[in-house]
Amino acid sequence: MDYVAGFGRRSLEVVGSLGRATQFLFGVLVGVPKPATGFPLLIKQLYSVGVLSLAIVVVSGLFIGMVLALQGYTILSDYGSEAAIGQMIALTLVRELGPVVTALLFAGRAGSALTAEIGLMKATEQLSSMEMMGVDPLRRVIAPRLWAGFIAMPILAMIFSVVGIWGGMLVGVDWLGVFEGSFWGNMQSSVDFVDDVLNGVIKSVVFGFVCAWIAVYQGYDCVPTSAGISSATTKTVVYSSLAVLGLDFVLTAVMFGDF
Amino acid sequence: MVQRTTEIVVGFFMIAGLAALLFLALQVSGLSPKSAAATYTVYANFNDVGGLTPRGKVSMAGVTVGSIESISLDKNTFQAKVTMAIRSDVDTIPADSAAVIRTSGLLGEQYIDISIGGDMESLGEGDTFYSTQSAMNLERLISNFASGR
Repeated sequence: MDYVAGFGRRSLEVVGSLGRATQFLFGVLVGVPKPATGFPLLIKQLYSVGVLSLAIVVVSGLFIGMVLALQGYTILSDYGSEAAIGQMIALTLVRELGPVVTALLFAGRAGSALTAEIGLMKATEQLSSMEMMGVDPLRRVIAPRLWAGFIAMPILAMIFSVVGIWGGMLVGVDWLGVFEGSFWGNMQSSVDFVDDVLNGVIKSVVFGFVCAWIAVYQGYDCVPTSAGISSATTKTVVYSSLAVLGLDFVLTAVMFGDF
Repeated sequence: MVQRTTEIVVGFFMIAGLAALLFLALQVSGLSPKSAAATYTVYANFNDVGGLTPRGKVSMAGVTVGSIESISLDKNTFQAKVTMAIRSDVDTIPADSAAVIRTSGLLGEQYIDISIGGDMESLGEGDTFYSTQSAMNLERLISNFASGR
């Protein structure tokens, strides 16, 4: 009986948490801050969420593109079609690796920081003192961070893809000697702007939204102790990664699954 | 002053994002402003289109002159009807030219090659190729050979 009760309690906790997260999201989206006060806050968050994540995104993009070129070359050169690595790199990056890997890095680099920051604000009762002063913390603290994640993520994903393709070109064309014209030509004839590039951007928009939402919600909902903050930060990274990978499958099936 | 620096850096970040999108559009997906060039439509009926797909290329002497718009089944003749958009500046295709389905390389994609005829009249909007040659089907070729036909 105790097990059944425990299972029931867990289920209620999960459902309650989902409900609070949705209410919270609704509160943030409805409470749009005034442009005059909200814009500088958004800029500041875009800086810490987006610009500061740029380094890790660029470096990983470069290396992933280079590895793709190297692996693709060893396999494709067996069939004498090494000119197709341009197409392979571009499609893999634009459709899948760009949005997904950027989202995973984003969850680790920016999401965890957001959670820890908001969690500490809650633990030191900054959020409640804001409420005492008549400032809505959802508008002042949460909304700029959510929007910053939402805006920064697609930009980071596109930069990741571009840098990855450039890295692939460095290895494929400059090192392994694939003809540059067929590298770009194969890529251009197989990549479609709407079907591949825009669908990749849509994916990254969805991932950015989910990652930012999970991060700010975990921070806002954490137990206000040091242990609570640390478990909330862990949860942010774990939940974001799982959500991104799961959603990626669903989105891929919807976008590219109609054979 | 710190606020201003942040604004400038974020501005550059947004510009980098737009530049990345532009690069993906122009260089990677080959989207060019003149891709919507004027075209005219011609048709060809094939017994077997094999692996031909819409957006595939139509070429003459190896030069791409148009693309495949759609492939549908003609319910009366049970042939495949391929609709092609040919660039308007290529308006001197002889009317008795043949549309041939070829494969680029051994495993490459299939495309339509227009093999030139000798007629003085040329194909215009809405015309249909008189003679066509279907996709080469390796299995059928082998089974024909094995059964001695």
